[in-house]
Amino acid sequence: MPVSKELIQELERKAKGLRCDVVKMCYYAGSGHPGGSLSAADMVASLYFHFMRLDAKNPKWEDRDRFIMSKGHACPVQYAALSRRGFFPEEVLWTLRKFESPLQGHPDMKSTPGLDMTSGSLGNGLSIGVGMALGARIAQKDFRVYVMLGDGELQEGLVWEGAMAASHFRLDNLTAMVDYNKLQIDGENKDVMGLEPLVGKWQQFGWHTIEIDGNNMTQVVHAIEEAQATKGKPTCIIAHTVKGKGVSYMECAVDWHGRAPTQEELQRALCELGEKGGKA
Amino acid sequence: MGERITLQSAYGEVLKELGSKYPNLVVLDADLSKITQTAHFAKAFPERFFNVGIAEQNLMAIAAGLATTGMIPVAHTYACFATMRACEQVRTFIAYPNLNAKIVAMSAGIEEGWSGVTHQAIEDMAIMRTIPNIAVVAPSDAFLTKKATEAIIQHRGPVYMRFGRNAFPVLYDEKVSFTLGKAIQLQDGKDITLIACGIMVERALRASEILEKDKISARVLDMHTIKPLDGAAVLAAAKETGALVTAEDHLAASGLGGAVAEFLAANWPAPLERIGLQDTFGETGHPDKLFEKYGMTEKDIAEAARKAMQRKE
Repeated sequence: MPVSKELIQELERKAKGLRCDVVKMCYYAGSGHPGGSLSAADMVASLYFHFMRLDAKNPKWEDRDRFIMSKGHACPVQYAALSRRGFFPEEVLWTLRKFESPLQGHPDMKSTPGLDMTSGSLGNGLSIGVGMALGARIAQKDFRVYVMLGDGELQEGLVWEGAMAASHFRLDNLTAMVDYNKLQIDGENKDVMGLEPLVGKWQQFGWHTIEIDGNNMTQVVHAIEEAQATKGKPTCIIAHTVKGKGVSYMECAVDWHGRAPTQEELQRALCELGEKGGKA
Repeated sequence: MGERITLQSAYGEVLKELGSKYPNLVVLDADLSKITQTAHFAKAFPERFFNVGIAEQNLMAIAAGLATTGMIPVAHTYACFATMRACEQVRTFIAYPNLNAKIVAMSAGIEEGWSGVTHQAIEDMAIMRTIPNIAVVAPSDAFLTKKATEAIIQHRGPVYMRFGRNAFPVLYDEKVSFTLGKAIQLQDGKDITLIACGIMVERALRASEILEKDKISARVLDMHTIKPLDGAAVLAAAKETGALVTAEDHLAASGLGGAVAEFLAANWPAPLERIGLQDTFGETGHPDKLFEKYGMTEKDIAEAARKAMQRKE
């Protein structure tokens, strides 16, 4: 299906908004994980502002689509999307990681409205998504389950137990998205523990695969449409991304995996992202 | 002693019955469905049974996902793997979000016998009871198991229930009732209280017969729920009998014995002896031989009772 230019532009604007929120949230929190939040922002924007069936007035709506941020440290971008989607007011975003905030350092489904699953310990989200997708099948519901995986977390063995199960159970209502930004805490994936050939791995596990530029909104939208149309097997979108995407000094810089910007750095980031006046 | 039935055969029967009553009951197994007896449920409700293969972390994470969709998943495997290999999945994705998932584990304790230490869970209750939100249950007989099974399915929140491997003696009949967190007093007594769970309940009863010959009157409690502990029953026992013995097929310091010791220290200090493994692993062998070697027979319980009574003030 052709995708309208207007939709793509609108989603790109949304993604930019999420990026602004992410750097501000990390600044106010004094900690957090901007790098992996920024790389995933385009995929998160496409899901929360176009694809996912949600009702902010009824966060526990049983027919809603589900999203699991398996790379839970990238929660700032998901919190930002939930807030902009109307699940809670913007000012809550600035309480990230603070005492008694509904926005815990890593996602807690009991604290945050609209959050479908607790996460943070890596490698677990795909198997949990398998459980949700089976739940949909038993209840004969047509909701879809999206799982955002980090590249580094693919080094966890459980990811592959989940991958095996998803294809064994033919879960075509389940879509995995690998935010393949190539970096993890100790450096590049290829130096820490290589993942390649990554597309081949998913194919061999019985998945339909789509390889895209995960920071190109048109490609992101096409890929998710293709995943939705794929029957009989789960789809894995291997999305090549840039860690820190959108903020020049954070791009491809491993140090920005888990640190907060200073006030100066924040102003620069907001200017680059084009937020009015660049003010926090 | 009379009839013996494995808890898992009683469980397999009742699970299948409950499948009709609870349309959102979903059963998960990890390549042990013939042993866990979930195969009966699988046959009756194939659309609600999933074998995940030999992948226990996957088992628990899938259970967590199912629970978020309104299903009541029950995950089955051996106690060792449920509580140790998949410990983090249970802790972070079932207990932390307080999801309505159940874990039913087999082959707990040295009663498992022949397979040896890799398959003998002696730490499982300790691990599970340290995790917030999870109830821990260890039934002592087949009839109680049936009642416990429906009770844990009705209970909203995570539950860990452990069985042994071999046939357990029959202690009750279909009239027995199970309330989570409420001990069953099998007999009253005034000199000592024997608190046991699982396979050790019957041994505690036999120990009370030994003690009776010496005119020692023992109260016997079936503490089928280790968490939440029936504090009222322990407090009454401490006040009314003045000394206590715990007995479990598990490490004595950290399971039922640990729970009772903690409760007494905080509420009503009283002499306590704890029967179970004493900071040691088990080994391969016939369960009777193992129980003898590790000081877990009815004679050991009776001896412990005398020791505890000597320490009364």
